[in-house]
Amino acid sequence: MAAIKLPASSQPGQSGLIGRLANNQVLLGYLFILPSMIGFIVFFALPAIRSVIISFHEWNLLTDAEFVGLANYQDIFSDDRFWRSLQITVTYVMWNIPVQTVLAVVIAVFLERISNSSLLRGIMILPWLMPNVIVAMLFVWLLDPTLGLVNIFLQNIGIGKQAFFGDPNQAIASVAGVNIWRHMGYNAILIYAGLKTIPRSLYEAATVDGANLWEQFWGITLPLLRPVLVFVLVTSVIGSFQIFDTIAVATEGGPAGATRTIIVYIYEQVFERRINMGVATAASVVLFAILITVTIIQTRYLRAGQSDLADYQ
Amino acid sequence: MATLSRTNGTATEIREPKRLNVARIITWIVVGFMVFITLFPFYWVLRTALTDPDFGTLFAHASDLLPTNATLFNFERVLGMIDPSTIVGQESANLSAGTINFWVYLRNSFIVAGLVTFGQTLFSSMAAYAFARFKFPLRDQIFFVYLTGLMIPGIVLFIPNFVLIKQLGLIGTFAGIVAPGFLMSPFAIFFMRQFFISLNKDLEEAAMLDGATAFGVFWRIAIPLMRGPLLTLGLLTFIGAWNEYLWPFLVGRDESVRVLTVALNVFKSQTPQGAPDWAGLMAGTTVSIVPTILLFIFFGRRVVDSIQFSGFK
Repeated sequence: MAAIKLPASSQPGQSGLIGRLANNQVLLGYLFILPSMIGFIVFFALPAIRSVIISFHEWNLLTDAEFVGLANYQDIFSDDRFWRSLQITVTYVMWNIPVQTVLAVVIAVFLERISNSSLLRGIMILPWLMPNVIVAMLFVWLLDPTLGLVNIFLQNIGIGKQAFFGDPNQAIASVAGVNIWRHMGYNAILIYAGLKTIPRSLYEAATVDGANLWEQFWGITLPLLRPVLVFVLVTSVIGSFQIFDTIAVATEGGPAGATRTIIVYIYEQVFERRINMGVATAASVVLFAILITVTIIQTRYLRAGQSDLADYQ
Repeated sequence: MATLSRTNGTATEIREPKRLNVARIITWIVVGFMVFITLFPFYWVLRTALTDPDFGTLFAHASDLLPTNATLFNFERVLGMIDPSTIVGQESANLSAGTINFWVYLRNSFIVAGLVTFGQTLFSSMAAYAFARFKFPLRDQIFFVYLTGLMIPGIVLFIPNFVLIKQLGLIGTFAGIVAPGFLMSPFAIFFMRQFFISLNKDLEEAAMLDGATAFGVFWRIAIPLMRGPLLTLGLLTFIGAWNEYLWPFLVGRDESVRVLTVALNVFKSQTPQGAPDWAGLMAGTTVSIVPTILLFIFFGRRVVDSIQFSGFK
């Protein structure tokens, strides 16, 4: 972090006012961060503050905003649709995260055992490189009730066709399935990198002690993967709570509101129902609070930042 | 497993390799299955895009592994090589009524992702260099505040940013779509700062002694040495901007600035209900996937490596 040692301004080539200004660290520092500073203030800091301010107002974008105190928050908390959207979001996260993480660990462990091929790893992240919209489109087609290949397959093996996105009981799990497909490979590659940091010698010692592969996985692999797993879990839970694109393409919040997650709820407040920026921003502030709480609980509970490696050496 | 129990009585040196072979075969089967699950939907999109769009044909041959009556007709429609209004008769009944000139959307996506990548990479690198090399008051505090920007959920910023872009009269312009990401992203600054910190300072100090200005050192020495990380960051930024849906949907719905992700969903919602234009949709999807696949073919290994890096930040 030490700065470059700058030569004294009296040296050749550094004389004169311009020379001294051009090498003034304080001035240069601020000059170099100026564009990013403008970007941060205008599009991150002020909007974040403005969100909170708008949430205390009644505002439809056309007439002047009117201060209403906590009325928007009271509106949300007494709105059944809001609680329902929260419940749907949590259900989605509960489908999405466990399955996705377990599959990612399985893929990573198996891949690491047999191959160093970066082509294989590349193939596994391909879905993650695709836009959500396109991935959703793939599955709307594959799961189509009449023509979808998955349904034809299910019919052929005797299970019968399923409505998937069209069935209120299956819709949210189907959306979760789509995102599991998109993210499992990406998370597997993160975990794969974590596996590479575990010293081979630990496994050799365990083998000498007579531990089988299953015992080695639970005793060595999983505990030492914790830092990577914390990263994977924290980032994917935050992302999972903000599910929107897939729903916008596949179900538009339906059928019968079965996939109206929290972002869909907020979106509807801004663009579909009576335009109400106050309620929309209030709901987004509540979402932010939920995300912070969930993240704090996760990092505490998972002891982020600590490694168990020292215990083994 | 049967093989295992049969070998139970024999000597260890014979049993060991056999056991490993079974494990390897199972591992390969699991990995092979995952690769199949990952790649098959892409094949199915292509297969559908090349199929005769007539609903009767699609229905009768829904599970054929190869395209039925293979044709480029869908690509010609989607790329505007055939005027939709000239398609007459029975065949037009289930074709999308939407405007389907994907060249325009492809161009728009390139403009948006290109501008965001250029601005964000340049200005974030400048800031990162300042954070890594210069000493100025509040440097570390400013950097920390930038990092908190990573934790704010998109929706909290989207609503006030949408209001701001609307008040500036930039709805429906490239400037409006690009603005929030053009000057910085907290991740980009963090990413580049890591590389600048680990860069040896000798060359820069030598250039200083020779009388180069600090900007000259940044531009002619530090930046060229950072070609690898800059390319990686550029790729990740480009893919992220290319995949964005909600923001360009909010501010750039107008035909003239509509990007691919938004266009694809508009195209889908314009298809007639009962019998969607699947072949056309999948041709559009294929066209949208091609640029990402090309990036993947040329830079796949770099993307994989950078993802592995991001897990350890």
